[in-house]
Amino acid sequence: MLRFVLRRLALMVPVLVGLSILLFAWVRALPGDPARALLGQRATPEGIARVNELYGFEEPLLQQYLTYVKALLTGDFGRSIKTGQPVVESFIEKFPGTVELGLTALLLAVVVGVPLGYYAARHQGRTLDTFIVSGSLVGVVTPVFFLAILLKLVFADWLDVLPTSLRQDARMDATHITNFYVLDGIMTQEWDAAWNAAVHLVLPAVALGTIPLAIIVRITRAAVADVLNEDYVRTAASKGLASQVVSRRHVLRNALLPVVTTIGLQAGLLFSGAVLTETVFAWNGIGKYLFEAIGQRDYPVLQGYILFIAVIYALINLAVDVAYGVIDPRVRVQ
Amino acid sequence: MRSKGRMRLATAGLAAAALVLAGCAESERSDDGEGNEGAGGGTFVFAGAAEPELLDPAFASDGETFRVARQIFEGLVGTEPGTPDPAPLLAESWENSEDGLEYTFQLREGVKFHDGTDFDAEAVCANFDRWYNFPESVQSDDFAYYYGKLFRGFATGEKKGKGIYDACEASGDLEATIRLNEPFAGFIAALSLPALSMQSPTALEKYQDDAAPNVNTTEYSTAHPTGTGPFVFDSWDRGNRVTLKRNDDYWGEVAKVDTVQVVAISDPAARATAVQNGDVDGADLIGPADIPGLEDAGMQVIPRDPFTVLYLGMNQKQKPFDDIKVRQAIAHAIDKEAVAAASLPEGTEIATQFMPQSVNGWNDEVTEYEYDPDRAKQLLEEAGVAGTTVEFNYPTGVSRPYMPAPEDTFNVLRSQLEAVGLKVKPVADVWTPDYLDKVTGSADHGLHLLGWTGDYNDSDNFVGVFFGGETDEFGFTNQELFDKLTEARGVPTLEEQTPLYEEINADVMEFLPAVPLAHPAPSLAFGADVEGYQQSPVNDEVWNQVTVG
Repeated sequence: MLRFVLRRLALMVPVLVGLSILLFAWVRALPGDPARALLGQRATPEGIARVNELYGFEEPLLQQYLTYVKALLTGDFGRSIKTGQPVVESFIEKFPGTVELGLTALLLAVVVGVPLGYYAARHQGRTLDTFIVSGSLVGVVTPVFFLAILLKLVFADWLDVLPTSLRQDARMDATHITNFYVLDGIMTQEWDAAWNAAVHLVLPAVALGTIPLAIIVRITRAAVADVLNEDYVRTAASKGLASQVVSRRHVLRNALLPVVTTIGLQAGLLFSGAVLTETVFAWNGIGKYLFEAIGQRDYPVLQGYILFIAVIYALINLAVDVAYGVIDPRVRVQ
Repeated sequence: MRSKGRMRLATAGLAAAALVLAGCAESERSDDGEGNEGAGGGTFVFAGAAEPELLDPAFASDGETFRVARQIFEGLVGTEPGTPDPAPLLAESWENSEDGLEYTFQLREGVKFHDGTDFDAEAVCANFDRWYNFPESVQSDDFAYYYGKLFRGFATGEKKGKGIYDACEASGDLEATIRLNEPFAGFIAALSLPALSMQSPTALEKYQDDAAPNVNTTEYSTAHPTGTGPFVFDSWDRGNRVTLKRNDDYWGEVAKVDTVQVVAISDPAARATAVQNGDVDGADLIGPADIPGLEDAGMQVIPRDPFTVLYLGMNQKQKPFDDIKVRQAIAHAIDKEAVAAASLPEGTEIATQFMPQSVNGWNDEVTEYEYDPDRAKQLLEEAGVAGTTVEFNYPTGVSRPYMPAPEDTFNVLRSQLEAVGLKVKPVADVWTPDYLDKVTGSADHGLHLLGWTGDYNDSDNFVGVFFGGETDEFGFTNQELFDKLTEARGVPTLEEQTPLYEEINADVMEFLPAVPLAHPAPSLAFGADVEGYQQSPVNDEVWNQVTVG
């Protein structure tokens, strides 16, 4: 197992090198000039020239890439052109916000999605199954931003029960240690702060978690339906095992493999969903910052953040592969 | 059984973890109470569109940095409440010599910086000398933009010896004399800019390093801004909020709220919802579409007195805009009232020229092009371009103080232009950097929407910015106009400037490089229980009189 993990980690190196080249080329291929974006309407030709000189944007591309890689090797991911803050520092500050939101969304998707999918498969063709299947179809096709606006309209404007922006009430004098606000509230026993942060999580997490939820429902339903037709399930039932045991040990465990793969992939996709969700809900995370960085053509932030996200995505998928072995002893990782 | 055992183990583990976590870290809560407990005291939460870029305003040129800076810092000169006109602030009065080269300021007595340093003539000179001696690394437009633009040079670097600042002398404890190399009629008004506010020399010495590789991230720029204003800096939780506390030793009217929180909500609709839900007490740059909803919900919407201009630019490098008859036809085709009614907020004024009426040199006798579609059609016929296709560039996904909903403005203009027989080819781009790149950095555009918000009350800050020299945006060369603007900029007094700018405004409206559409009023929104917010056309809004609840 350890060798498998190490080999997979080693394989990430060429992937990341390739990605760094692609990213470097991609951000520079975006139309528009970071100097002009930085100076905005006040940009003058001299001002633009000075900014380009300051950040080395007038050097040949190869030279720029070599400088970038050389800095990367010393752990220097550069500084934001817009704020001057080191890219690593801002990522560390904002990442907990995105993880807190992403985990809540994923938890929602799994905790609600798997049982719903399972229930639908066990009751195929019945009214509730039809309802769940059609509901999941609507969930899959609803764009995140539209859902976000809808949620805001219903729960904030009409019902006025949930907050729609920021991660915590700005008036809250809360202590932040890890930048996971709910966790911080628990750790410091500032229960009102933990509750306030949890309440702020609801709408963004529902907006972000709906598509993964719908996908998980559909995959679980299909996988469980498949497994239910297997001979070993029939055998297990006919030899007199309690239906709960059949469900848990024989059906769910076997059906979970594709579901876990989906969860792994969805966890990665949550990052892209976070760009929209965080922007709409003014959520201080890496998604919102990336969105702003694209508008600003903030090359160091774009390169650094996307590279970090790629590493995290690869690690999540590695964890999913390892989880296979735990769920299904037949798939021993090699 | 095995799995039941696992479940129990996992549950026990989780419970133990929760117990360990709870109380494992110290709460850093202050004991001075929370929330808004009745009138006076409490917290005022304000949402801007972005975070400040840094906390040292000398290196800033953006409104969000200035918004926070205005609470912490003060300049020698402020503005009359609700107007763009200069007024005494840290300087109680001033005199200038006849040649316009020497200004003597009498300073307010008994003022101290937040760190206890006395505000006196030495402190004033320390600030002027600091700006003048900025190292080359910060002389570019992304840092010392305003000082560079206004004083046109530094002690070192490319612009060495070209500056108009000569020296500052502490001619008494509370008397500072500034000498200039050239007259600068806008000098006093310029001093109301937050970029030129007074900062504590002691704190600068201790925490600021102007020669740092990146002045945005120095200790001073992120954690120790020290001014004389009604609020003292408390903390900046990046990406989240800036917290300021009341300055109980303030020389003027001590703030009514204890704490101010400034948060960033970039989406205009989200800002409006945040006000409506009480997540924040106030917000800036409210979109016109959100205003009726806010008003229906009992929120207060306050339009600022307009100090902006929105125009329809015409690139003379692109045909047929090089023909004055075409430009006149377009001006006659536009119903400005309809444009304002359909896409601009309440309080917007119709523009006849490229500066608001409150700016020196505004001229009520400029050529006006009344809405007359028949005349427009006739002019297009005469120019031989009836039915021709014109490119129309406009930005998307942006809300500027002078252009809150560009897509809507474009749609109204498009239908008006098509009504006189022009075919419009729409070209939409995202604001930054694509749109700005295309419209201000290349000749690849035709008609376009753009505008400006005045930084301070200065004529050159409007017409000089637009028409002071050859630009890609307008694509014309008019040396006579350029020379007149250079001359007007250099005269020593406002009185002498007035006739020059009046003439320039008349000339510009004859030459018609663009059609001035309106002076839109950017709107602020507040919760029903917020009182005492004084709007300012130049955003010089200080929150010491604000109360919540």
